[in-house]
Amino acid sequence: MSRALLLSLLLTAAPLAAAAETVAIVNARIETAGPAGEIASGGVLIRDGKIVAVGPAVVPPSGARVIDAHGQVLSPGVIAASTSLGVEEVEGVSSTHDEAAGPEIGAAFDIAYGVNPASTLIPIAREAGITRAIVTPVAGRGGGGDRDEEVDIAAQTAGGSEHKSPGASLFEGQAAAIRTASGDTDLVLKSRIGMVVDFGENGARIAGSRGAEVTLLKAAFDDARRFQKNRAVFDRGAEIPSHLTREDLEALIPVVEGRTPLLVRVHRAADIRLVLRLAREEKLKLILEGCEEGWMVGAELAAAGVPVLIDSEADLPESFETLGARLDNAARLQAAGVLMAIEGARDFNNVRQARFNAGTAVANGLSYPAALAAVTINPARIWGFADKAGSIEVGKDADLVLWSGDPFETSTYPVAVFVAGRQQPQDARILKLRDRYAKPADGYPPEYH
Amino acid sequence: MRTPWVLAAAMAVGLSACATDTLSQDKADKPAATTASTASAHDQKPLPPGLDPTVDRDPFPSTYHPLPSHPTAIVGANILTATGVEIDGGVVVMVDGRIAAVGPAGAAVPAGAEVIDGKGRWVTPGVIDGHSHLGVYPSPSVPALSDGNEATDPNTAYVWAEHSVWPADPGFDRARAGGVTALQILPGSANLFGGRSVFLKNVPAITAQGMKFPGAPYGLKMACGENPKRVYGSKGRTPSTEMGNVAGYRRAWIDAADYTRRWDDYHAKIAKGEKADPPKRDLTLDTLMGVLKGEIRIQNHCYRAYEMATMIDISHEFGFHIAAFHHTSEGYKVAALLAKEGICMHTWADWAGFKMESLDGIEANAALSHRAGACVIIHSDDPIITQHLNQEAGIAMAAGNRIGLNITPAEAIAWITLNPAKAAGVADKTGSLEPGKMADVVLWSANPFSIYAKADKVFVDGALIYDRRDPRFQPRSDFELGQPGEGAFQ
Repeated sequence: MSRALLLSLLLTAAPLAAAAETVAIVNARIETAGPAGEIASGGVLIRDGKIVAVGPAVVPPSGARVIDAHGQVLSPGVIAASTSLGVEEVEGVSSTHDEAAGPEIGAAFDIAYGVNPASTLIPIAREAGITRAIVTPVAGRGGGGDRDEEVDIAAQTAGGSEHKSPGASLFEGQAAAIRTASGDTDLVLKSRIGMVVDFGENGARIAGSRGAEVTLLKAAFDDARRFQKNRAVFDRGAEIPSHLTREDLEALIPVVEGRTPLLVRVHRAADIRLVLRLAREEKLKLILEGCEEGWMVGAELAAAGVPVLIDSEADLPESFETLGARLDNAARLQAAGVLMAIEGARDFNNVRQARFNAGTAVANGLSYPAALAAVTINPARIWGFADKAGSIEVGKDADLVLWSGDPFETSTYPVAVFVAGRQQPQDARILKLRDRYAKPADGYPPEYH
Repeated sequence: MRTPWVLAAAMAVGLSACATDTLSQDKADKPAATTASTASAHDQKPLPPGLDPTVDRDPFPSTYHPLPSHPTAIVGANILTATGVEIDGGVVVMVDGRIAAVGPAGAAVPAGAEVIDGKGRWVTPGVIDGHSHLGVYPSPSVPALSDGNEATDPNTAYVWAEHSVWPADPGFDRARAGGVTALQILPGSANLFGGRSVFLKNVPAITAQGMKFPGAPYGLKMACGENPKRVYGSKGRTPSTEMGNVAGYRRAWIDAADYTRRWDDYHAKIAKGEKADPPKRDLTLDTLMGVLKGEIRIQNHCYRAYEMATMIDISHEFGFHIAAFHHTSEGYKVAALLAKEGICMHTWADWAGFKMESLDGIEANAALSHRAGACVIIHSDDPIITQHLNQEAGIAMAAGNRIGLNITPAEAIAWITLNPAKAAGVADKTGSLEPGKMADVVLWSANPFSIYAKADKVFVDGALIYDRRDPRFQPRSDFELGQPGEGAFQ
């Protein structure tokens, strides 16, 4: 990709306000998620927001702030592989939702514009060790929590669902990468890093059926290619022979060129095969999300070099496209050689479950290093920024978490969180509420505390 | 013929008056009651049993029978009894479906008992999920099976969750693999009065009756807050506001009190041999009357502190007791009040923020409230979380210990065992490892609060109902048989 093009695609984050300090974290058990693996006891040196040294014998330079980890665990920051972080504040309050495109737009929807750096969910995400997240668009949905009965209620109380042309609404829009730094005026590291499509039951709901969706998708990709070759015709105002608008077609060009990955939410084994075939025929770069039946097609996924984002707790036949869901999906995909990221549920603040889900995957057969990679370096690889984040290696951004213990354990919490070398405040609203009410009563209402 | 009738009536009144937790399930009572209904005073025609709500209060009786068991001892495991005790390397003995003994290392094992080596593993009471919609909102989540909310009227106290339970829900099997031995299945929260809950043993069965926990009292699901007013407000009906909700509760309790008085008057007259017109039976008011008589336990979906306080005032106004609040994101704000009122609070470890009424949910909710003396329960309300309640309790315990509350595993285990048994009114039968109680027991691979812990063996009434290492004890639902994956899980 040319530098000019790269710049044109980037919404760069505001430069970090304060010059990051020099910090040495010593006496830590370091889980690097990189080539160095686990360092039983060692240190990391952070300067200018980067990792400048890591190893068993890091000597802090004079003037560096030294943090003695006393044997606690240092890991790369968790990377949430597909979330609504920053674009949805309260699930049950639709006015706080910016994760769906609406009726006028599809592929061209750029979720990055709606990211709110002041979201109270971002400090909560940091409490789960999350230092970067991919924000991915979804189809419009009702609010009110995610439990079955609440969905049922939402369905009963919602008005008619939005209708837009099938061609446009097949594409949910474009994802962005953000970091969870406190105080930044813009959290977006890079926008338009992937195009999102729902396949299977959700896709069929829009297109009419799976077969209809395949045909519509192929038509959309064809239209984008024709548009690319004949922009002048479109620019003259000639009729566009497509379901898609000019903006949607423009957004699909990097997808059909195989430069921007297409994130497809897909669940049953047959659909995964179908999407693999579609991508082969259309020469698309794929990322798959969901893949509850991925374990049935592990070899095919590995052969195609297609990575997957999975929820390792998903083990129920919640729909007819997840009948084969099982707890060892992660372990089996890993054994098949599939590049995999483990995510928390995307609803409200469940993004914080990613680290626990990694632990659940370990309990069900995934190796510990593979589980660590699945929430750190793998999402960085999948989304194309492994040169900057995802592991503790010299030269990478100092996105680090010092944990009170094993990062996957229920009893563990983050002792210190660094984003790009800056230690973050642990000031989540939920912690402030906790501290207010943990104080002994003093005759004044808690609002005075 | 009159004597047994009077006796039966007196028994029924006595049962109500002493506010027992338990519906009479004793079959010995039933013939007497039925005979009584057919006998009548003087020239009065006997009232058919279906028209008198006090005659057969168990019309869908449990047909549960424990699975086969043999004397079993788990030796050498760390034991959390849920009564505040942790025993390192102790012995749990199960005989004839009951806990026969719980003791330290070296305690006697009866001759002939199967001995399970528990070394390095942990034993707890069976996990009880106090808030489940398994069966009523089963997997697959399709409209044909979504039977949890009779969202057609704000007061549907007349519906019973057990009539919506689809026993083939694979969620029951997954929950069992997570150590869940009993569940309270609740109607949803669309209505002010959602209907009766049912308490189930988590054993595979063809009917809901085959899962019903013998002797468990019924619950009545009530709902505070956003859901009822949203459902009915959107239909242009009351309630459409919080104040509309409260008016709806109070009007219903006034009707229930009137109904109760009319039946009491009727029975008093009949008992004296006087002529009396029976009131018309009303299924809605039957359930509310059961609450007023202390037989049916209020299970109240209620997130916010101020709503809980209002519900408590209403309970005082009409003279009933709330057994438990559910969800209680703001429980920590009124934990002392809940402790004083003897009301349990069900909550999650870290689910919060998904709607306005859950915005103030904090991870330390359970721990802070526990330290304030409240009866705390970690519940699921979800078919995935129900499989991980042990870890959820671990997360909640850790949030307290992070601020120095020093909650021990011996305490926190009660959040998913003894306390939900208390809230459901079955704590005299299950929920802790105490001699004489039902042998509902889990053998865990590790400290149950660890993310890596898995249920290795699960016992209900002393019978092995799940074994992680033995496919013969990994039941698969009819629904999953022959489907992709075949419901295989570890």
